Amino acid sequence: MTRRVLILGATSGIAQETSRCFAAEHAKLFLVARDPQKLAAVAEDLKVRGAEAVETHQADLNAYTDHPAIINRAASVWQGLDAALIAHGSLPDQALIEKDSLVLRDALDTNYFSAVSLSMNLATVFEAQRSGVLAIIGSVAGDRGRRSNYVYGSAKAAIATFAAGLRLRLLPAGVKVVLIKPGWVSTPMTEHLPQNFLYISAEKAGRGVHKAITSPDSVVYLPSYWKWIMAIIRSVPEPIFAKLKL
Amino acid sequence: MNSYTSWGRYPRSHPAEVVPLFWISRIPDFNHFSHPVLVYGKGRSYGDTCLNDGGVLLDSTGLDRFIQFDTDTGVLRCESGVTLQSVLRLSLPDWFLPVTPGTQFVTIGGAIANDVHGKNHHRAGSFGCHVRSFELLRSDKGRVFCSPEENKDLFAATIGGLGLTGMILWAEFQLKRASGPWIECEQIRFEKLDTFFALSAASDENYEYTVAWLDCASAGHKLGRGIFIRGNHSSAGPQDSHGPFPLPGFEAPEMLISRPTVRAFNWAYFNSQFRESTRNRVHYEKFFYPLDRVAEWNRLYGRRGFLQYQFVVPYQNREVVAEVLNLIARSREVCTLSVLKVFGSVSSPGLLSFPRPGVTLALDFPYQGQPTLDLCERFDEVMKGNGGVVYPAKDARMSAESFQTYFPQWKELSNFLDPRFESDFWRRVTPTNGNRQ
Repeated sequence: MTRRVLILGATSGIAQETSRCFAAEHAKLFLVARDPQKLAAVAEDLKVRGAEAVETHQADLNAYTDHPAIINRAASVWQGLDAALIAHGSLPDQALIEKDSLVLRDALDTNYFSAVSLSMNLATVFEAQRSGVLAIIGSVAGDRGRRSNYVYGSAKAAIATFAAGLRLRLLPAGVKVVLIKPGWVSTPMTEHLPQNFLYISAEKAGRGVHKAITSPDSVVYLPSYWKWIMAIIRSVPEPIFAKLKL
Repeated sequence: MNSYTSWGRYPRSHPAEVVPLFWISRIPDFNHFSHPVLVYGKGRSYGDTCLNDGGVLLDSTGLDRFIQFDTDTGVLRCESGVTLQSVLRLSLPDWFLPVTPGTQFVTIGGAIANDVHGKNHHRAGSFGCHVRSFELLRSDKGRVFCSPEENKDLFAATIGGLGLTGMILWAEFQLKRASGPWIECEQIRFEKLDTFFALSAASDENYEYTVAWLDCASAGHKLGRGIFIRGNHSSAGPQDSHGPFPLPGFEAPEMLISRPTVRAFNWAYFNSQFRESTRNRVHYEKFFYPLDRVAEWNRLYGRRGFLQYQFVVPYQNREVVAEVLNLIARSREVCTLSVLKVFGSVSSPGLLSFPRPGVTLALDFPYQGQPTLDLCERFDEVMKGNGGVVYPAKDARMSAESFQTYFPQWKELSNFLDPRFESDFWRRVTPTNGNRQ
């Protein structure tokens, strides 16, 4: 039973819905997010939905130096952690990134470096307690570079490789690392994009993440048919791929 | 991109901009928009009260968080985009909605703005009767806390105020004790309206829920036949069960709903009940929300959409029901669904509320252009001669003159409107209202 769960980026659309699943099981939730008002709103919601306890911690996760303190506090509040979800992320404007290196740096910080740094801190905790599940939200965008979002995609690809290696490191300790690759999800992060029939609700995605954390799988596509879509996309030869407006 | 139509999908309307809202703490200043604004929830209003052609629609469905729930007293506080479905999933088996309409896919904000009613009106009144407080966000006053004690005029104006008095951020309301998800339901066939009225009068005392389905495709000696449905909460049965699985809806060719198919359906439905009366224990979703089972059933009407006409007349004028059914029978219009209920005397705090003591009838018609509108116009004439009132949340076509006759208190409401809020409905029914166009 996953009783004590740390949610990093707790105000993201998918994280909120995942937390609601844990709350319904009366888990204890430690929520970390940047905006204190949003954080308070999410914490109240999860308490009403059945969470046995909710702790909040306001932090900008791009400040790596705070990571050890955050993870230590989360791991000590209830004397251990059963699972941690790294859910924070941003979908940067590709055109802006191409022109502005500060925006580029920020996008990589949010989507890659901070996730790696948090994972390293969590790995130490989980390794010491010889149990735990580390779940990281990647993306199908990491499976092949596309002109519309290749910087975001490259960060998610790097996270996938990182997760694969970390999984092997933590295997002897009985710690699970699961990478979750959602396809298109309707959340505040994607609300400005035109949506099509492949979009799923944040609620459905959250249920999928919750299930992935408790399942034995190490890489989970959400919904699972994206595994086949991406297998096809990866296999398209480059000359043809170049002609597709993807 | 979602489509922002009303439930009847008539009339079509095109907002200049749609702004999805996710956080109460991050709602944009309404004064910064160059167009008038309106909050849009789940789009279950049938007509145009939820539309804002050329304006801004604020999509409130992302405001779906609970704030506080006292499991001892049943007082629930939540953001305005929370749906009745979410409330029930949280509150059962111990607590149930004090009042519920025929769909659980409405938001709390929408339930207040339209002051919705249900099968227990004779006992519990409308939804607004159970609202303890809410907070409005207004373009001119900022955040305003409203309750029966504080800002009570604005509280009353907002209940049934069609979303025009500002945005409801959150609301607090009283749930009622329940004994699980099951309803002990009894269905009784009746051959004429007098029998319905007798059944209804005899059931008010001992049944929490009463309603009737009318066979609206039959005329002559079969006119006014139907099935009377009454029920009470039941403590038997498993406590954690789910309702029936949903079925997909689709945009059907328009011939699906035509006179012969509707007549056949009504005949089959009426005759599917062989015995005079039946008793069953049914899941609450089946009892209250039979149509919710078909996702987007409104699309079965095809591209043309449909109209609903719902009125209430004083009990002593209940012969109006037969008069209206006769008008339908003599017309070329196809009435697909008709639901009849006797309202009780519990009055709502809402200024512009629709429910009031009397008899209410709701009628669905596929929209077939001018002839459908003409028939509704004839209904309006009957209403005006008999003290009848038409439900704005269902309306897409009534004239300004009709609306102002039904709701003379509209002028009082206009004192409480948020200066930045407008809807297609309000522009239609109050064209002469000052500088509003």
